[in-house]
Amino acid sequence: MNTKKKLNQIFASILLNSIYAMKNYPIMFINTLLSPLSMLVIIVIVSRGALIGVGIEGAFIMTMLSGGLSLQGDLSHLKNDFKLQDIVVSSPTTSFIYMIGMGLSELIYIIPTLIVLLILAILFIHATIVQALIMLIALIIIFLFSISLGFFLSTFTSDVMQSWGMTNVISTLLSTIPPVYYLITYIPMPFQYIAYISPTTYAAEILQSITGYLQITPLNFYVDWLVLIILTVIMLVLSIRKSRWREN
Amino acid sequence: MHSVYCKNISKIYHNKKKALNNVSFSFKGKGILSIIGKNGAGKTTLIRILATELVPTSGTVIIDDINIVKNPEEIRKNIAIIPQEARAVQWLTPKQTLISYLMYRGFSYSESKKLAIESLKKLSLTKNLNTLNRLLSGGTKRKVLVSYVLFSGAKIIFLDEPTTGLDPISRSELWNLLKKLKDDYLIVLTTHYLEEAERLSDKIILIDDGKLVAYDSMDGLRKKIKYNYSILISNNIQKMPKFINVKYKIIKGLNSGYQILTNEKDSEKITNILIKNNIKFSINPVSLEDIFYYLVKKTISEDSDNSDNDEY
Ligand SMILES: Nc1ncnc2c1ncn2[C@@H]1O[C@H](COP(=O)(O)OP(=O)(O)OP(=O)(O)O)[C@@H](O)[C@H]1O
Ligand SMILES: [Mg+2]
Repeated sequence: MNTKKKLNQIFASILLNSIYAMKNYPIMFINTLLSPLSMLVIIVIVSRGALIGVGIEGAFIMTMLSGGLSLQGDLSHLKNDFKLQDIVVSSPTTSFIYMIGMGLSELIYIIPTLIVLLILAILFIHATIVQALIMLIALIIIFLFSISLGFFLSTFTSDVMQSWGMTNVISTLLSTIPPVYYLITYIPMPFQYIAYISPTTYAAEILQSITGYLQITPLNFYVDWLVLIILTVIMLVLSIRKSRWREN
Repeated sequence: MHSVYCKNISKIYHNKKKALNNVSFSFKGKGILSIIGKNGAGKTTLIRILATELVPTSGTVIIDDINIVKNPEEIRKNIAIIPQEARAVQWLTPKQTLISYLMYRGFSYSESKKLAIESLKKLSLTKNLNTLNRLLSGGTKRKVLVSYVLFSGAKIIFLDEPTTGLDPISRSELWNLLKKLKDDYLIVLTTHYLEEAERLSDKIILIDDGKLVAYDSMDGLRKKIKYNYSILISNNIQKMPKFINVKYKIIKGLNSGYQILTNEKDSEKITNILIKNNIKFSINPVSLEDIFYYLVKKTISEDSDNSDNDEY
C-alpha cells in the first residue's frame, strides 16, 4: 500500500517533468539528442576516426552526466519560478522520492540518445556481454552521482540565474576538463591530478580500460571503482541528508 | 477535531531580519483562520512555518497533537499549501497540473485524473481543462492552483493570498466555496482583502512587524476598539463642525475625506449636526478595515472626549 503510494509520487515527477513536457513541446526531445552526439562527431573528425570507440564511451558518460545537470536546472526552475518544491515539501512526498522521480524523468529524456549510442557501440566497440554489463554498471553509478549532485544543488538556488551559473561551472569541471572524450594519457603529468578530482575520470578509465583503449594495472582498475563508488555514496548521502528541503 | 497551537514562535532570517517576534495563539476545531497585516508583516513567514516549509528560529508549533517543528513528516499527509508566489507550471495544462499534484499526494493516476476533473469543475474551469497554463489569464492560473487543495486528502489547508488577482465574481465564487469547505476543513489563509477576512473567518490574526497585535473573532475585534460606528464623509469640507459632549475620533485623509469613529449613542448626535451643516455622509458599523487602521496605524493618538479632535 505504502509502496504503491511512493510509486505514484515517483510517477508524478515523471509526468510533470518529462512525459507531459514532451507531449506538449515535442522539441524537448530533439534537444537532448544533439549535444553529446555533436561532441562525438568532433572527436571522430579530429582524430580521423581513431578515437571513435573512446568517443562513444565518452558520449555515454557525458549523456549520463547531462541528466543530473538538466535536473539541477529543471528543479531550480520549478522551485524558484513555480514554488513546486514548497508545495511538495508540505505533502506526503519526501525529498528522496522527489529526487528519484525527477531523476527518472531526466532519464526518459536521454533514452533516445542512449539508443543511438547503443547502436554505434554495437557497430564500433565490439564488447562482450560481460564487458557491456560492467560498463552499464559504471554508467548507472555516474547517473546516480549526477542526479544527487543536481538535486542537492537545486535545493540551494534561489533564482534561475544562479542555477545557470552553477550548471556551467559544474559541466566544465565534470565533463570538459576530465578525459571523458579522450584518454587521460593525453594530459601532461601534473595536470592529470586535477582530472582525478572528477568522478567522470574514474568512470572513463573503467570504460576505456575494459574495452582495451587504455592500459592500466588491475590495482588501478579496482581503485577506480572504489573511488567512483565512494564519491557517489558521499553525494547520495549529502543529497538525502543535507539538501535544503525544508528551509531554515 | 483539529487543533493548532503556537507558542512563542520567532523567526530570524539569515540576513538577521526578525520576521516574527514571539507569536503565540491557539485554535481548535474546523473553520477559517485568517492572517492579516501590512506588506512585510510576517504573514507568509507564519503560514510557511505552520505548513512545515520553514523552521522557526524558536518556539513550538503543535498541530493535531504533533510537534511539527520536530516531526514535520507526521503531519504532511494531513496538510496542503498554496504558496503566495506559486504559479501553475507553464508547460502543463490545468488537468495535467492537477493530476501530477494529486499524485504527489499519493493518489493513483486514475484516481488523480477523476479528482482533477472534479476539482477543476468546482472552480468553473471545465472549459480550460486542456489549455496550456501559459495561455491562461493570471487569475485563471491562480484558480488552477487553488483547485489542487480541494481533493488533496489534506484536512488542514494553508492558502497564502488565495484570491489575489481574481475578479470580483471569481473571488466571491471562491469565498462561497471556502465557506462550504469550512464545515469539513481547517483553513488558514492570508489576505489583503479585509472584507474577505471579515466575511469568512472564525478567527482573525492581525500581525504587524512580526508581532501579534490581535487575535480574536470579528465580534471580539469589534470590542477592541471603543467605537462601533464609522461615519464617512467623502467630500472635502471647509470646516468640521464642533461636536460637543460626544465621544468620537476623527481620522483624516481616508479617501481624501474624513472618517469619524464613534459609538451608537453619539452617532445620532453627530449625524444630526452633520445634517444641520449640510454635510453628506454615510454611516456603517465599523468594519475590519476600520479596526485594522485603528490597531495598526501607530501615529494614532488616544481618543478624545469632547472637543479636541485628534487627527492624522
Ligand atoms: N527568505 C527571506 N530572507 C530574508 N528576509 C525575508 C525572507 N522572507 C521574508 N523576509 C522578510 O521578512 C519580513 C516578513 O516577510 P513576509 O513575506 O512574511 O511578509 P508578508 O506579511 O507575507 O508580506 P506580503 O503581504 O507582502 O506578502 C519582511 O520584512 C521580508 O522582507
Ligand atoms: Mg506574504
